[in-house]
Amino acid sequence: MSDDHHHNHESSELSETELRVRALESLLTEKGLIDPAALDEIVEIYESRIGPRNGSRVVAKAWIDPDYLNRLRHDATAAIAELGYSGRQGEHMIVVENTPEVHNMIVCTLCSCYPITVLGLPPVWYKSAPYRSRAVAEPRAVLAEFGVALSDETEVRVWDSTAELRYLVLPMRPKGTEDWSEEQLSKIVERDAMIGTGLVTVPDESAGQ
Amino acid sequence: MNGAHDMGGMQGMGLVDAEVDEPVFHAEWERRMLAIFLAMAAWRRWNIDMARFARENVPAVDYLSRSYYENWLHGAESLLLEKGFISREEIEAARAGGHAEKIADPPLTADMVSPVTARGSSARVDVDVAPKFRIGESVRVINRHPRGHTRAPRYVRGHAGEIVRDHGIFVFPDTHAVDGTQKPQHVYAVRFAAAELWGDEVSQRDSVMVDLWDDYLEPAP
Repeated sequence: MSDDHHHNHESSELSETELRVRALESLLTEKGLIDPAALDEIVEIYESRIGPRNGSRVVAKAWIDPDYLNRLRHDATAAIAELGYSGRQGEHMIVVENTPEVHNMIVCTLCSCYPITVLGLPPVWYKSAPYRSRAVAEPRAVLAEFGVALSDETEVRVWDSTAELRYLVLPMRPKGTEDWSEEQLSKIVERDAMIGTGLVTVPDESAGQ
Repeated sequence: MNGAHDMGGMQGMGLVDAEVDEPVFHAEWERRMLAIFLAMAAWRRWNIDMARFARENVPAVDYLSRSYYENWLHGAESLLLEKGFISREEIEAARAGGHAEKIADPPLTADMVSPVTARGSSARVDVDVAPKFRIGESVRVINRHPRGHTRAPRYVRGHAGEIVRDHGIFVFPDTHAVDGTQKPQHVYAVRFAAAELWGDEVSQRDSVMVDLWDDYLEPAP
């Protein structure tokens, strides 16, 4: 789905941007305002340690453990912290549950607010003009582009993250996974299902697992 | 401000372009840009609403033509200049390969990054402020178009919805972005019927939930 024209345009401006960022980093470092080792550590956290696997574990545990699901409903921030996920851009968490009657979907029309502690940094499309403009006005068309078709009987409920609450979608557990372990379940929960632009499905090779 | 960042309901933006197996960053400078910004935030000379406004308060054409982290770069430069951390002359000198003198010690060192990230920074305020509205009450978003920072998106202004959840008491972005004034007040999840926002041609079942502060709302009789 990538657009060559768009990517060429980005790369032609990249060198100027890259020079500006390098100059800024060296200036701030020389003045003693930032520590480059701290920058390396920030990058390491967001690139390697925090990602959608965190959210997948929350979802799988909620499917397996009714007490945990209750704690998520009562205080999602605390319940998510039980698994070790807390902090920046997850200070105030709310879990919204998909059911046959309601399909939840999250967006930040104003910028890029996203439940980083459980999903990592947002993908480019989540921060892009098409998603931000259309998710609230024509969510069913956006969902169709993600391959998600919902019944007219289902309410599509879009959560615009305009404040400091961060939303995680609890997708529906697929049929045929009744005997699965928490670990097996967590492996089939992908990022988009926790944004609400995807559903959790059982991959063919997992059938009969 | 009614800037290009306030995108809900705009048309003509094209299809959602979801990259398969997308990497976390697309270039080294994006890694450094994110990290520079978060490391400088440790000086606590600006808050999250000031940072948001610095990114929004640019010509609409620039906002739309720049990539996400390019907008971060421009926002960072304007905040760093405004707060006096650096000067334009220093930026130009650094780009020309010049050097600057050490004037400080960084407040954020590598060993602090992990605990600081895991602690986060809450915008909730521990004071007792009465809510103006109750769950189930009908409200209307006041039709106001401030020139400064606001978190009431254009597409809900003037529209009626229902309070469905009281999130508690938080700092108010519109004043917080100006000078840090907290003006603590309740934030609610407000449910808008999709048809109230977008007309009769959309699903009568669908809804949009928007988190809104007391000062954005008035009773809807």
